[in-house]
Amino acid sequence: MRLELKDITKRFPGVLANDRISIAADRGEVLGLLGENGAGKSTLMNILSGLYKPDSGEILIDGTPRTFLDPRQAIEAGIGMVHQHFQLVPVFDVVEAVALGAESTTGFLRTFDRKAARARVVELSEQYNLNVNPDARIEDLPVGVRQRVEILKALYRKSDILVLDEPSAVLTPFETEELFEIIRGLAKAGTTVIFITHKLNEVLEVADRITVLRRGRVAGTVDPKGATREILANLMVGRDVELKVVKGPAQPGDVVLSVKDLHVRDDREHMAVKGVSLEIRAGEIVALAGVQGNGQTELVEALVGLRNVDSGSITIGGTDTTRQSPRQISDLGVAHVPEDRNRDGLIGAMSVAENYILDQYHRAPYSKGGQLQLGVIAEKAKAAVKDYDVRTPGIETAGGSLSGGNQQKVVVAREFSRPVRLVIASQPTRGLDVGSIEYIHKRMVEQRDQGAAVLIVSTELEEVLAVGDRVAVMLGGGIVGIVEGEDATFEKVGLLMGGVA
Amino acid sequence: MSRLTRALRPIVIPLLAVITAFIVGSIFILVTDFANLSKLGTDPLGAIGAALANIGNAYYAMVIGAFGDPEKITKALNDPTPRAMAAAVRPLTETLVASSPLIFCGLAVAISFRSGVFNIGVEGQFVLGAFGATVAAIVLKDQPMFLVIIASALAGILTGAAWGFLPGFLKAKMGAHEVITTIMLNYVAAQVVLFGLRSDYLRKAGSSEPISKVLTDWVQIPRMLDLPAIRLHWGFVLALVMAVVVSWFLFKTTKGYELRASGFNLNAARYAGMSASGSIMIAMSLSGGLAGLGGSMEVLGTVPQMSNDISGGVGFNAITLALLAGNRPAGIVAAALLFGALRTGGGLMAVKTGIPLDLLVFIQAIVIMFVSAPGLVRAIYRIRAPRPQDAVVATDGGAA
Repeated sequence: MRLELKDITKRFPGVLANDRISIAADRGEVLGLLGENGAGKSTLMNILSGLYKPDSGEILIDGTPRTFLDPRQAIEAGIGMVHQHFQLVPVFDVVEAVALGAESTTGFLRTFDRKAARARVVELSEQYNLNVNPDARIEDLPVGVRQRVEILKALYRKSDILVLDEPSAVLTPFETEELFEIIRGLAKAGTTVIFITHKLNEVLEVADRITVLRRGRVAGTVDPKGATREILANLMVGRDVELKVVKGPAQPGDVVLSVKDLHVRDDREHMAVKGVSLEIRAGEIVALAGVQGNGQTELVEALVGLRNVDSGSITIGGTDTTRQSPRQISDLGVAHVPEDRNRDGLIGAMSVAENYILDQYHRAPYSKGGQLQLGVIAEKAKAAVKDYDVRTPGIETAGGSLSGGNQQKVVVAREFSRPVRLVIASQPTRGLDVGSIEYIHKRMVEQRDQGAAVLIVSTELEEVLAVGDRVAVMLGGGIVGIVEGEDATFEKVGLLMGGVA
Repeated sequence: MSRLTRALRPIVIPLLAVITAFIVGSIFILVTDFANLSKLGTDPLGAIGAALANIGNAYYAMVIGAFGDPEKITKALNDPTPRAMAAAVRPLTETLVASSPLIFCGLAVAISFRSGVFNIGVEGQFVLGAFGATVAAIVLKDQPMFLVIIASALAGILTGAAWGFLPGFLKAKMGAHEVITTIMLNYVAAQVVLFGLRSDYLRKAGSSEPISKVLTDWVQIPRMLDLPAIRLHWGFVLALVMAVVVSWFLFKTTKGYELRASGFNLNAARYAGMSASGSIMIAMSLSGGLAGLGGSMEVLGTVPQMSNDISGGVGFNAITLALLAGNRPAGIVAAALLFGALRTGGGLMAVKTGIPLDLLVFIQAIVIMFVSAPGLVRAIYRIRAPRPQDAVVATDGGAA
């Protein structure tokens, strides 16, 4: 079916989230919807899925104007959403999860007709090459497969228009490839696909047409055949963006972080880090690559004092920190950008200013005689908001209400608000838009050039290759290889990550 | 958004909840008004009129019982004898007297809730604090009075704090859930008091009841008004001061910041180098100390002696109250005054109209029901809910 949104406008108090946005996608076409966080993509999709009502504008399906008062009506009109955060019941099996809410029934008591549902799930799975085991339990499935279950769910409800919201955010590079195959297959079979993302490569690879949103408006619609990453980035951000990380050659100095034969257990008492040895020098960035769950999280937690070390040693700037507390380690000049900023990096209910002082609140100039110096805090927080280009209505705004990129900027601003000797950043750009990624990387390089040792843990190959002066690859709890700058290629590191090399 | 609307926003729901509770309360009065209901068949208009008048009388009695009788006030103005003056101000002062322990205990609950620990043991900490103060007052019997007051209050704070620290320690070091331990310690506290009051050293001579010696014989916090039978003492002012102190502590000090941070997000607090177990123990001790101070003010100023029923459930009402106040110190003072007024006003209402005091419990329960279900209040009064998605969009768009 042909989907058309015409002059959609949606205003929230203080913000024009969508300003006369028009997009269109033909039957069997993949429309890439590209935009930074806050460009209005999510609002537009919420309108399409019936969660919001537009202030003005129309939704046309095959040329007929439609209004959706609630999500159910949107589903009935054939619009299927695959959200970034999956909406699946973990203890259900695939058939149950897919059929939930749209169950076919049988018999006098109108009980759930599992047989019919299963048959249909199998049929759809085969038809679109989804390759999903209908009897597996959701909680046992890897993330990539769960996403395919979400797609199945939409297809099961006879969706002709499939909306995928940031589908690759949770996938490994290989899973992303598989997803693209599926999308192409769906389009070929006549499904209209709207692919929402902020990743330039992906949209170039999979979309037939790309509409770029910027600050609530359509910045342009381009044909991917003639487009480049630079053109898209420019449309998206409104200025030229450095897609490569600009940095001079590293000038390594003394060893700052030295890890020797480190063993660390995870929450279930299994050994997660098995004999890691690593040295990072002042003035260099070491990128730690690896697929999620190979011990990186535990390693970082041990480094910053949040997890007990089983055996081995950690030395930071000559001080043995193996058994030290997070605060003692932080006091040595260690900045830590945690992996999950919502859970560990920020306190959502507290203001931007209060979050800005989270690790320094107890010392001058923020604290004097046990009292918070609210004036100083406000002043410094304001300066940081300006300096780090945090887009927030004010420093009193709750940290949790900022977009991901701006939250991360608050975290980074805080961690770099004092002289730093060692930076430990986990997934520092996960879920961020191009502009924010560029910005965060720039700050990391800046720290390096000022003489800090930097460890960046990332599952994104591109990031690892772009920022790392050296790339270490972690697999199964150990470091399986360290590749020096020039030798670090996509293939080489990718193979190490997969355990092939 | 203007400063005023922002300041008013947190009180809209509690205020409407209170109003609604009184409306529901009046329905309750109406349907239990059997005297008038039975006349519904013979004289419907008269019955309805009388029933409505009954509701009016009940709430009017409650208001004058809580704040003062206009007649008596006029009389006192015309003829300012101490007796008339006392009669005029007694209801209002009794309201303040009733609200003092509620303020202390409400603040105690708020401190713990703000720090992410659920101290359900304020009741026990209050009772034990009162007991500690009693013991100290009896031990120090022959000392100068101001010394006795200060030392006894300190003893009350310490016993309350210790009784709060205990579950805090158990949670921080052994992982025992504080809701369970504090509830259980309430019972233990009650038994400790009963046991203690059996000793001849503490018990009133010749009494078989579990009551202490009459402390007012040698110690009493000075009264604020020198009128006959007016109990209002400086403990009320101390309660207000503590509200200011708690507010300052929570929002202006480093420790308070740490406790709030741990309360909101323990993970982030740990990542920032704060000690989770330390925060728990500090919060519980402070909470218990405040409750203990409330208990000692009660026994040293309001009532003549310690008894096992000194609290009257203040520690539990305080939980309700802190919820109503959204754990804001100013809100706690306001809510405590409301609850205090209900308590004193309810007495006169019961005497004058025969409506049982239980109505007040009913009204308090309804208030809490509405406060904990803000969606219900919004639906009744058709207030638009603040949508979290909107808040996200309003700052920087996508919910990414």
